[in-house]
Amino acid sequence: MAIWLNKDSKVIVQGMTGATGMKHTKLMLGDGTNVVGGVNPRKAGQTVDFDGTEVPVFGTVKEAIEATGANVSVIFVPEKFTKDAVVEAIDAEIPLAVVITEGIAVHDTASFWAYAGKKGNKTRIIGPNCPGIITPGQSNVGIIPGDITKPGRIGLVSKSGTLTYQMMYELRDIGFSTCVGIGGDPIIGTTHIDALAAFQEDPETDLIVMIGEIGGDAEERAAAFIKENVTKPVVGYVAGFTAPEGKTMGHAGAIVSGSSGTAQAKKEALEAAGVKVGKTPTETAKLAREVLAG
Amino acid sequence: MDLFEYQARDLFAKHDVPVLAGEVIDTPEAAREITERLGGKSVVKAQVKVGGRGKAGGVKLAATPDEAVARSTDILGMDIKGHTVHKVMIAETAPEIVEEYYVSFLLDRANRTFLSIASVEGGMDIEEVAANRPEAVAKTPIDAIDGVTAEKAREIVEAAKFPAEVADKVADVLVKLWDVFIKEDALLVEVNPLAKVASGDVIALDGKVSLDDNAEFRHPEFEELHDKAAANPLEAAAKEKNLNYVKLDGEVGIIGNGAGLVMSTLDVVAYAGEQHGNVKPANFLDIGGGASAQVMANGLEIILGDPDVKSVFVNVFGGITACDEVANGIVQALKLLEDRGEEVTKPLVVRLDGNNAELGRQILTDANHPLVQRVDTMDGAADKAAELAHAAK
Repeated sequence: MAIWLNKDSKVIVQGMTGATGMKHTKLMLGDGTNVVGGVNPRKAGQTVDFDGTEVPVFGTVKEAIEATGANVSVIFVPEKFTKDAVVEAIDAEIPLAVVITEGIAVHDTASFWAYAGKKGNKTRIIGPNCPGIITPGQSNVGIIPGDITKPGRIGLVSKSGTLTYQMMYELRDIGFSTCVGIGGDPIIGTTHIDALAAFQEDPETDLIVMIGEIGGDAEERAAAFIKENVTKPVVGYVAGFTAPEGKTMGHAGAIVSGSSGTAQAKKEALEAAGVKVGKTPTETAKLAREVLAG
Repeated sequence: MDLFEYQARDLFAKHDVPVLAGEVIDTPEAAREITERLGGKSVVKAQVKVGGRGKAGGVKLAATPDEAVARSTDILGMDIKGHTVHKVMIAETAPEIVEEYYVSFLLDRANRTFLSIASVEGGMDIEEVAANRPEAVAKTPIDAIDGVTAEKAREIVEAAKFPAEVADKVADVLVKLWDVFIKEDALLVEVNPLAKVASGDVIALDGKVSLDDNAEFRHPEFEELHDKAAANPLEAAAKEKNLNYVKLDGEVGIIGNGAGLVMSTLDVVAYAGEQHGNVKPANFLDIGGGASAQVMANGLEIILGDPDVKSVFVNVFGGITACDEVANGIVQALKLLEDRGEEVTKPLVVRLDGNNAELGRQILTDANHPLVQRVDTMDGAADKAAELAHAAK
């Protein structure tokens, strides 16, 4: 079952014909993702050959959905045009839009998020600045390496791409139901809480691993949610204990402001909610193993 | 990017927010002519990106042009909480202040929208006011699409209980400040104090603005606003090469791929350092997913150029870019550096894991570089890097 993405998901790629879009469409197809189309108004009507798989290009998201029944869009367009691309996906009422693009202005994200709300939140947005979502063995949407883990019963939600991969790899013998990279920007669509709620309801997920980092209070709010709503075991990791105050650490949202957004506060909040928190990624993987072993 | 007060003032003026006249200078003598133009007296204000400059002696009244030069001489070069004053603003003296208010717009991460904060108790630290007298602080969510209309501004003014006689004027300032917030792609626009003066006018006397670096693509003028004087030379060099680098105060140089993994690497090195003379990470450096030889060489060059660095920890997880490519990248990077005439004299600990890890490790073993050590786990490699840094200290 997994969450939000499975073998029946029909995926279109906004920005498929750009260099990044081409590279990752090929990789996604290689992982078995059912990519049914690309979107580029200037190349509508053409098809692109990916090692023998012909993928049609449509002028708009709406046309692509009408022609293919697509229910997932992954967005690779450059940051200048990302807001318009997401708005187009929202207007077409696609159920899931995964925004990979990095470096989007916060005002643009705030704007498309507000727009999604005004349109009745028919589109789940993952990202921006995220690696995407993978249900191993079924479908891979975004830039997560598809071959570093296998299907299994752990659900993973993370702000960081490489820490997602690290954890998928550390626990590759156990495997994952779904892994979601939600991104490290100050404003993101899907949150830790959304993923925790979905994993809680997913009968194929036995354990949830949650990875957070400095900045904002998403982890604290996730901790409060876990306390009230999550009965499955949760293992956590938080990055950035040594980050200095006032410095952005790579991700636009990863910044300690005054005394708020510290890793210590997040760890304490998670532990108070009964989450076992690892000191390093490896220790976190070990904790996950212990919890699963009972 | 946080702006200086004078830069904030200029942006306010650009969008018709009422401000006092003021000009920034970096030599004391320039204060004379400006003060003469301002009618013979002025306020000399240190330009530092830190609060509490008034208490630190960074804001002084000058009753004559000569005095303005003297005060500028005092303040330029002063240290305020670790920030050296390189510039002062020579500002018009404020008319008699009757009341001080607070208004700001900022990002509300939790609610994924924007927020207005307003209070009739301005002039002091708003966080203190919010902690001690939360009823004196009005927080109003702002829809990112609808923005601050005259009606919304009126709502904020009423929520914060501004006196009736300034309500219209404050509302007008709010609409203009929103213009600053939206049109300049700001993450924070704050006026404190927003002063009511004897004439009944309201004036933004001091302000803070923080701009979104990600919006630079539509604001070429942001380039001019960067504070090049304050930037650490290594950070400036890294920025030239488009590297995501932050200088820290430890001894273990860090290179990794992906912001989360690098943050995590810093933590793991700091833990390991507890066993090795308390050595700490010397920097944050994320070379991104590709980790090509060129980028790796640029990163290594920055880190090896840091005299504080005693050992280097290269921590790469091979995902889409498999470990054999990364290993080749490291080997080529070392060669590139040697070709550039850089002497590589500090030990490197390399941990490679992920796709094609075995192949990548073999490449490093075969290259047999005298300074490169392979350790295959993140925690183990951090420990080795800390040990080497401690030994070299």
